[in-house]
Amino acid sequence: MSFLGKEEKTAKKETAIKETVKIKNGKDRARKKRIGALGVFLLSAAFLLSGCHGSRARKEFEIPESFDTSRQYEITFWAKNDTNKAQTNIYENAIASFEEIYPNIKVNMRLYTDYGKIYNDVITNISTDTAPNVCITYPDHIATYLTGDGVVVALDKLFEDPRYGFGGSELRYDGPQREEMVDAFLEECVIGDAHYAIPYMRSTEACYVNKTYVEALGYELPEVLTWDYVWEVSEAAMAKDAEGNFMLNGQKVMIPFIYKSTDNMMIQMLRQQDAGYSTEEGTIEIFNDTTKEILYTVAEHAGTGAFSTFKISSYPANFLNAGQCIFAVDSTAGATWMGSDAPLSDISEDKFVDFETAVKTVPQFDTEHLQMISQGPSVCIFNKQDPQEVLASWLFAQYLLTNDVQVAYAETEGYVPVTKKAMESAAYVDYLDRIGEDDNAHYEVKILASELLTEHVDDTFVTPVFNGSTSLRDAAGQMIESVTKSVRRKETVDDAYIDALYDKMNSLYRLDQTGQAGQKDFGKMPTASVILLVFLAVAWVALALLWIRDRKKEKH
Amino acid sequence: MKKAMNLVMTLGLALAVTACGNNAQTMETTGTTQQEAAAAEDTTAKSEGVMTYAEYNAAELDTEVVVETYIQAKQGWWENEGVGVATFYTQDGDGAYFLYNMPCSQEEYESLSVGTKIRVTGYKSEWAGEVEIIDASFEIEDGTYVAEPVDLSEELSSEDLILHQNIYFTASGLTVEPSIDADGNEVPFLYNWDGSGTQGSDLYFNVSKDGQTYTFTVESYLTGADTDVYKTVESLALGQEISVKGFMYWYEGMNPHIVSVQ
Repeated sequence: MSFLGKEEKTAKKETAIKETVKIKNGKDRARKKRIGALGVFLLSAAFLLSGCHGSRARKEFEIPESFDTSRQYEITFWAKNDTNKAQTNIYENAIASFEEIYPNIKVNMRLYTDYGKIYNDVITNISTDTAPNVCITYPDHIATYLTGDGVVVALDKLFEDPRYGFGGSELRYDGPQREEMVDAFLEECVIGDAHYAIPYMRSTEACYVNKTYVEALGYELPEVLTWDYVWEVSEAAMAKDAEGNFMLNGQKVMIPFIYKSTDNMMIQMLRQQDAGYSTEEGTIEIFNDTTKEILYTVAEHAGTGAFSTFKISSYPANFLNAGQCIFAVDSTAGATWMGSDAPLSDISEDKFVDFETAVKTVPQFDTEHLQMISQGPSVCIFNKQDPQEVLASWLFAQYLLTNDVQVAYAETEGYVPVTKKAMESAAYVDYLDRIGEDDNAHYEVKILASELLTEHVDDTFVTPVFNGSTSLRDAAGQMIESVTKSVRRKETVDDAYIDALYDKMNSLYRLDQTGQAGQKDFGKMPTASVILLVFLAVAWVALALLWIRDRKKEKH
Repeated sequence: MKKAMNLVMTLGLALAVTACGNNAQTMETTGTTQQEAAAAEDTTAKSEGVMTYAEYNAAELDTEVVVETYIQAKQGWWENEGVGVATFYTQDGDGAYFLYNMPCSQEEYESLSVGTKIRVTGYKSEWAGEVEIIDASFEIEDGTYVAEPVDLSEELSSEDLILHQNIYFTASGLTVEPSIDADGNEVPFLYNWDGSGTQGSDLYFNVSKDGQTYTFTVESYLTGADTDVYKTVESLALGQEISVKGFMYWYEGMNPHIVSVQ
């Protein structure tokens, strides 16, 4: 086994660094906050919700006869980027172009870097009737937004409208026709019996593999990874020398298999084995024997140190690039962080190890019938009193599907456009053709990740969306996290442990209350609100008594 | 009588609003009383069954640890699936302990002011190089200690800097160096590491000392956009000489969370 020496690696990295200004003087920057930290904002959400239990029903949106261009509209757009300046630039450019085409519509953008914060802010603002006009979101979250009647606009009639729908005659831009949308992606936006969103970008998960290490261990990388293969190679990588260094990398650290999103891991493992997760209506099926087998397998390999997770150890990319991981599973939208020549990185240049990166589908149980999750941002539109304002929102949302926006955004990461029109455009085809031309715009790993999805669109799936599906997803991941943590702490994972874990998940995530639209429980009302309500009630009763007394006096 | 009722309603509203106001995240200031109390406190002595800092430091990862420590700063309280949690920067006379997402009620969070002594039982863990205590429980004990910052001005580039992980520190003689925004412009700070954020996001700024450049962070969950340090960093100029105070947080290397810039 022969790897580049430190000097060669450093020199190799310096070229990329000059181009991207990604690392300065050995100092790295936190690419993202830890996932748990986003919950800070739950405080404000929960707090505001407490004073506004429930939400008002709004009249269903009706498409106006025509768009009134004599009026000025100001709409808000809550957008999400992957802590990626290129993406924010694309949003800004899209808004500027749109405002040129529609000078009577002003778009105010608010930027977010995680979906959880958007979700919490939307919940808060629905209750105060200040939700944005257009919002990047996940269908799971929309299911919760829909607990308020008429809050989110059903888009089916807009899709079909001959003037303002897909390819409509009155559009001032070249948007996609209905048949130019990727059906599978559009289908993912159906909640109940209507489309409540349009897809914006799509990604899936990929397994980024240190092929050099796999071959150094004497294995050949198969076309399709299986779970058995990944576990076997991972265990083989755990051999140490007399000094306690791993034989494979000569370092003290090696976690061969790291999974970023363990909710996806559980969901895909269940789906690939045709095991229960939930029904379309929201009946929970996850607490079954297949889940138990999965957890035992996770426990076995977490116990040897061959497997860990993002929440427990850190970003898979950091370990992969440092030669401390072989199989790093993360979104295709994280591809620019993966590999020896990754244009983005959180680790310092001296930690990089040179290796060949292979981009594979997530491990499978059945190599003849691949199954992988489809994910990525969608766009929903919130209903407003003024139908013209809603129509203006739709015009902007649909503008995000134009080729210029789709192709530009897809190129920022391992995303895939959601329209065939963009996928087949000369610009996008040229982009793909130039794979590996440089380590930035045409970074090989990034384009391989995009191609992985375009080649497997028919192998993707999404989980059922219902009020509570977000909690079920959380529970799916938490079970893997809990088991992994427990075995690291030398706790026994047996049937009793798993039964107790099932009970805990059921209770913690209130999974016995899912699928009941319109009955979201916002929890116990805070003391402050109770005090206020009691005072108001007492005051009104007292005023009523005073009024009655005065009336009696007047009569006498 | 009506006037009295109006008064009652007004007082009720005021009371409720005041109670709500207590929910807001605050950074307590160092009090003279606490400092005086600290003078008499043996901040290295431990109760029965409690680890010394050295024992904690030597403990294996993923093992249970029991420590006595003092709150030095806290990030915002939030609720995770019905369980309140918060993150604390704590320290005793020998070293620092970072308590990540420690369960606590909102009332407990409010009561944990800077200097408060707590006994913590949890698991020693490591995330991206940051050693911390997770899945912890705590109880408040008698005692107060507000740490003086350790001067690390001459140790920023030292390999031994990691020995001061999470410690409250100060560094001086630092020169503000340019960060490069997405358009290639030299700027004194960025919202988020690559400039992709907006006001309210974490701030990243570069400083140099003795030919070495370091990136410091203003962690928005610790010191948000309305704090002095946040505003000060937003007004930094390239080439400006500054001194800082902060906590020596770690993320794949030093990633200090700065709480004061002068």
